[in-house]
Amino acid sequence: MAAVAESKGRGSAVVMALYLLFLMLPIYWLLNMSLKTNREILGVFSLWPQNPTLANYKTILTDPSWYMGYVNSMIYVVMNTVISITVALPAAYAFSRYRFLGDKHLFFWLLTNRMAPAAVFALPFFQLYSSIGLFDTHIAVALAHCLFNVPLAVWILEGFMSGVPREIDETAYIDGYSFPRFFVKIFMPLIASGIGVAAFFCFMFSWVELLLSRTLTSVNAKPIAATMTRTVSASGMDWGVLAAAGILTIIPGALVIWFVRNYIAKGFALGRV
Amino acid sequence: MMDKPVNNRAWFLVLPVLLLVAFSAVLPLMTVVNYSVQDTFGGNEFFWAGLEWFDEVIHSDRIRAALGRQILFSAIILAIEIPLGIFVALNMPKKGFWASFCLVLMALPLLIPWNVVGTIWQVFGRVDIGLLGHTLKALGIDYNYVNDAIDAWITIIVMDVWHWTSLVALLCYAGLQSIPDAYYQAAKIDQASRWKVFRYIELPRMQGVLLIAVLLRFMDSFMIYTEPFVVTGGGPGNATTFLSIDLVKTAIGQFDLGPAAAFSLIYFLVILLISFVFYTVMTKDQGGQ
Repeated sequence: MAAVAESKGRGSAVVMALYLLFLMLPIYWLLNMSLKTNREILGVFSLWPQNPTLANYKTILTDPSWYMGYVNSMIYVVMNTVISITVALPAAYAFSRYRFLGDKHLFFWLLTNRMAPAAVFALPFFQLYSSIGLFDTHIAVALAHCLFNVPLAVWILEGFMSGVPREIDETAYIDGYSFPRFFVKIFMPLIASGIGVAAFFCFMFSWVELLLSRTLTSVNAKPIAATMTRTVSASGMDWGVLAAAGILTIIPGALVIWFVRNYIAKGFALGRV
Repeated sequence: MMDKPVNNRAWFLVLPVLLLVAFSAVLPLMTVVNYSVQDTFGGNEFFWAGLEWFDEVIHSDRIRAALGRQILFSAIILAIEIPLGIFVALNMPKKGFWASFCLVLMALPLLIPWNVVGTIWQVFGRVDIGLLGHTLKALGIDYNYVNDAIDAWITIIVMDVWHWTSLVALLCYAGLQSIPDAYYQAAKIDQASRWKVFRYIELPRMQGVLLIAVLLRFMDSFMIYTEPFVVTGGGPGNATTFLSIDLVKTAIGQFDLGPAAAFSLIYFLVILLISFVFYTVMTKDQGGQ
């Protein structure tokens, strides 16, 4: 019996090793390229850099037109996360605790926005934000990304809130807490992990999106994803810098992922596992 | 679920979300509706065009071809990613350091900006400087995703499998975690085969998350834009021009507002229909538990 279990374990380890290898190889290749000079990339084919250099990273981190891309992306991603969570918290509470006129329809309507193709909204967003003078600002992108992040945050938070027994609310009211005080002092700490997960997902989907953020910006709020396309149009391809810029966009995700590793699946299931 | 008190003042709590989403979804959508029934000869003069654009879109060979490619693409993606995701989930370590290790590495592709995903595979598949393209060439396989439609398709499909299979696996893994050990012990006493354990214990427990996985993957692959756009730009020819790529070309590239708007509305209605199925299935599932 033990031998069978062990051989199954070994088989699983092989499967996982192969799968993780498949996932990591393309990323490794980008990392490999980012540490080479363009001459080495185009001249010699090697599995690791012969003369590792950080010159590509230096190019990005010393040129404002490059590193401002990261700053811009960070600004609108954080703005979007804060806005999304702030408006989603009370709404999720309402959905998880009460029934009210049209609640089911409203919930469904929110979901449809998560499913809306960004391509449909690109042009109308461009016109809307141009006409109110917000084109090429961080807040425009942050608001545009609310289209899919607010519904997502409401859904995830509602899932977590439904796991908190209602007796807690009632006890707090009997103890004389007002609603806002109860919500901030008692309820929010109870669903802290849910808030963390919802924030993580807002961060993530705002960070990876390109179509809307590129359409709504030109210079001042240009995201890193759009900045990267300029290596393509330059005379000859600057592969090394492109690879380094790509690696730098992976780092923020890799850092935050560790903190929510046990909740990732629950978040993707919209809080319903 | 049933004993929630009725309280219409809860609307006040929902109001901020309502206003925000109305601003960022309803308002733009009204613009689209507006354009879809009008024509313009430049400037700011518009004429009533009725359903002309809808007629044009529905009968357009170009859009029909894009829709065909889109459906084929989504079908292939589901046929590969769902079984593979289940298979990976079944082989993941149950707990401890290695479980966390696998979770973090698997989630990594999900957090990479979509254009960078495109860039990674654009580079990886190149015959001159990419590991994949170079290796295939060394093996004597004629592979070139820039000129060959089949190679372009294979590259984009492998890229999507690389990008999103982990999502299916993570969801299934969460479903598997909820199975009590007692079930497996009972199966062992009954000397159930590996297949039967999967078919009668694991699969039913994964049903809920699996539905979410199927629908999320279907919808997201149906709207795919950035990744194939970066890798192939919709080419060679129109071989990898999916619905979103076609739409953005029409709307922002050529500024053909009328057809683009009509196209958008039809596209959105399809998504709405699928969302409705999704919602019905999910809420029904909740009621059953």
